[in-house]
Amino acid sequence: MTAPVAVASGLTRHYSVKEGLFSKPQTVRALSDLDFTLHPGKTLAVVGESGCGKSTLARLVTMIEPPTSGALELGGKPATPDRWADLRGAVQIVFQDPYGSLNPRQRIGQILSEPLKINRPDMKAADREARAREMLELVGLRPEHYDRYPHMFSGGQRQRIAIGRALMMNPAVLVLDEPVSALDVSIQSAILNLLLDLQEKLDLAYLFISHDLSVVRHIADDIIVMYLGRAIETGTKAQVFAHPMHPYAKALLSATPQADPGGKRNRIKLEGELPSPLADLPGCPFAPRCWKTQDKCRTDRPPLMGDTHRAACWFPE
Amino acid sequence: MSLLRIRNLSVDFATTGGSFRAVDQVDMDVGPGDVQAIVGESGSGKSVSMLATMGLLPWTATVTADEMTFDGHDLRRLTPRARRRIVGKDLAMIFQEPMSSLNPCFTVGFQVKEALRIHLGLGRADRNARALELFDQVGIPAPEKRLNAFPHQLSGGMNQRVMIAIAIACRPKLLIADEPTTALDVTIQAQILDLLLRLRDETGMALILITHDMGVVAETAQRVAVHYAGQKVEEQPVGPLFASPHHPYTAALLAALPERATERRLPAIPGVVPGQFDRPRGCLFSPRCRYADDKCRTVPPPPLGPDLGFARCHYPLNTDERLAS
Amino acid sequence: MDHALSEEVVEQVARPGRLREFWFYFRENRGAVFGLWVFAAFVFIAIFAPLIAPYDPAIQFRAHALQPPVWQEGGSWQFVLGTDPLGRDMLSRLLNGARYSFYVGIVVVTVAASGGILIGLLAGFAPRWLDALIMRLMDIILAFPSLLLALVLVAILGPSLTNAMIAIAIVLQPHYVRLTRASVLGELGKDYVTSARVAGAGLWRLMFVTVLPNCLAPIIVQAALSFSTAILDAAALGFLGMGAQPPTPEWGTMLAEAREFILRAWWVVTLPGLAILVTVLAINLMGDGLRDAFDPKLKRS
Repeated sequence: MTAPVAVASGLTRHYSVKEGLFSKPQTVRALSDLDFTLHPGKTLAVVGESGCGKSTLARLVTMIEPPTSGALELGGKPATPDRWADLRGAVQIVFQDPYGSLNPRQRIGQILSEPLKINRPDMKAADREARAREMLELVGLRPEHYDRYPHMFSGGQRQRIAIGRALMMNPAVLVLDEPVSALDVSIQSAILNLLLDLQEKLDLAYLFISHDLSVVRHIADDIIVMYLGRAIETGTKAQVFAHPMHPYAKALLSATPQADPGGKRNRIKLEGELPSPLADLPGCPFAPRCWKTQDKCRTDRPPLMGDTHRAACWFPE
Repeated sequence: MSLLRIRNLSVDFATTGGSFRAVDQVDMDVGPGDVQAIVGESGSGKSVSMLATMGLLPWTATVTADEMTFDGHDLRRLTPRARRRIVGKDLAMIFQEPMSSLNPCFTVGFQVKEALRIHLGLGRADRNARALELFDQVGIPAPEKRLNAFPHQLSGGMNQRVMIAIAIACRPKLLIADEPTTALDVTIQAQILDLLLRLRDETGMALILITHDMGVVAETAQRVAVHYAGQKVEEQPVGPLFASPHHPYTAALLAALPERATERRLPAIPGVVPGQFDRPRGCLFSPRCRYADDKCRTVPPPPLGPDLGFARCHYPLNTDERLAS
Repeated sequence: MDHALSEEVVEQVARPGRLREFWFYFRENRGAVFGLWVFAAFVFIAIFAPLIAPYDPAIQFRAHALQPPVWQEGGSWQFVLGTDPLGRDMLSRLLNGARYSFYVGIVVVTVAASGGILIGLLAGFAPRWLDALIMRLMDIILAFPSLLLALVLVAILGPSLTNAMIAIAIVLQPHYVRLTRASVLGELGKDYVTSARVAGAGLWRLMFVTVLPNCLAPIIVQAALSFSTAILDAAALGFLGMGAQPPTPEWGTMLAEAREFILRAWWVVTLPGLAILVTVLAINLMGDGLRDAFDPKLKRS
């Protein structure tokens, strides 16, 4: 196997929030102790519901924020804040909402060539333009789109532009933060195809953040299931989908609606909602909603256990 | 006898570039206790058609219909006063964003009781009792405490339950749910969909579910209407629709779902939904349809019979003739 | 290729451009269109006043002091709008006064807006303590009655039109700071800003290239509205003797000079007053129209 392009170990991010003027600042544990390894040409999917730390993870990996503790390595080099500027080209991001992720006052050409302009100031303007036009074609847009503004494009086309912009610096890792959730089904499939094509052509590593399990099942190689800022199950796609070990992963899978009216399944109904992110439960974060909870779950936090298919549960399926 | 009956409903909006047809000749029948789904992509007019039914469109919209009756009332000729008596009481609606559908200035309890006061004229004690009962019914734990909570103190799922409680407060005959779970997490979505179906079983109300999620449709609906660019292109019971779609758009939409994919590359639909300025002359789907010929591009197809799912198509798929030939 | 080209043409014809869309919404508001025409006339007069005006505004026709306008008894076509107590032609003075008002408006808005936008951008991007410091400072400026503050400043700097403009610009500045900061904070949360950050954009680039162009719509509206405020304040300062000094034909100063003749010769007071009223009203109407056209919340869908 080739060398990994990104390795995270013990990635943690806490935020301190103050509710009122005089209250003590409290800690939100947005992400705790996350490990993962990204290989070129592979897709690692991060799955979870809102508040599970997916977006925080994206912010750490794209070097918008430093981790509170833990380390991130990109292409073998540690990504500490003083090295961020050099590593910018290595990781890029595509956001969920194609309407908010493109600067409405810039033409497509400017949007595409901006990363080059910032990071390679010595590059000639003509070269930048040539590269941008090349990219336009690569993501399936027409050359005449170069001089238009984002508001003239549909959601799917905008997402193509966003992907093109992310690829301008030849990144090794692309963070895809719910890239197709805001798109219609008929557009979504075309974007997924584009992502697969690009991955094959450019040997990209994808960190695919999503809540949509049917999309994940289609595109991912490996999966991390997260709950309240922690990885609760990791494994290959086949392992996680065929035999979810953690009760939450199992519930999540069973709750995902399937476009098959005949196949009625036993849906596991989860009671209750996410606990407050401020609470730091001593035991398993899922214990309050779990149907198998025992005393041990409430007092001791289970680590990820297993060799390739791992789950953080004292009583895995 | 159907509860909601709509014939030939069209809605036009006045915009900068002239008139824009958002809903185009839509028919609809919903009987008591039905679960009818309307699926479509953005711009398919699925929400607008229901807002038109409720009379909730802005003044720039022109609504025309041959027939629009709900429970014996002609919705086209209602005075605003009479409409207010029906809308919110017998005909209720919930929306996608529970956070913005509730008024952030008032407690959720106040908002539930407001509906009870206006439509049922209950006294203070009765209102309180009924509100508690409703919260219990929609599965809100510790209802006494939650009555005094403000919307921002509750999660999205809880707020959607409150919205549902308000909607069913007056025991409506029809509940229109416009993307009720799109903004919610998967596990919460499952809870809300179960709740809606349970309420239908308990109260016998009919349910219209507007969504873009084929998974949600497959698991909840009885009948499905597929909308495209303002038109209803097909309507079938849920099983046959997924098994043998008649309109090429329905077929392409189903094929594009990742979970129904047979290979790594998904069968995508080329092009985009026609907008205000590039509306085709013939069949609206013809520019993106792989079966389209000259007739499709010039002659708009009328809806076919019920055996072919009312498909608006000159060459419907999965017909017996086609199989035979 | 042919196909692509023809498609191109169709798209360009069919889709209304941004400017056309803007004009569509602006035109909806009749008052705004009226304001725009009056403002255009005002700008025209301001630019060409020396060519249009029949006389030099400073020439005194001593024989014709306080002559009424042409339609009143004693008036003549020589001085269409009459003369002031020193025998200067009112029409010429009013036309030239437009120059000063326009000049005041342009300078004040430019100074206040550029300063305010800069500080606002800074506050939006600054760490919390600096942001708080800037905003509290602006709150303090806003806490004074604006005209009073301007008066104090002019009293310190010395009465002249330039100093009056500086004073008014300082008084108007906090509005721009607040507005810019609010829009910056709104834009900062959007994905395209994060995307620029991930691409490695530095602070200056983020501020001026990425964010600022997207904050301009409300600032333009504010600029239009404060144009009229500037004219009004300059006139007020002039009236109080703290702005333009006689014999400058500034509208406010003209009012002040003619105050004692208000009962004998209505035109020396009414006409400059009317000029101020019409100009300010027109600009405010236009500003409202701009806001309607820019604010997507008021747009009908």
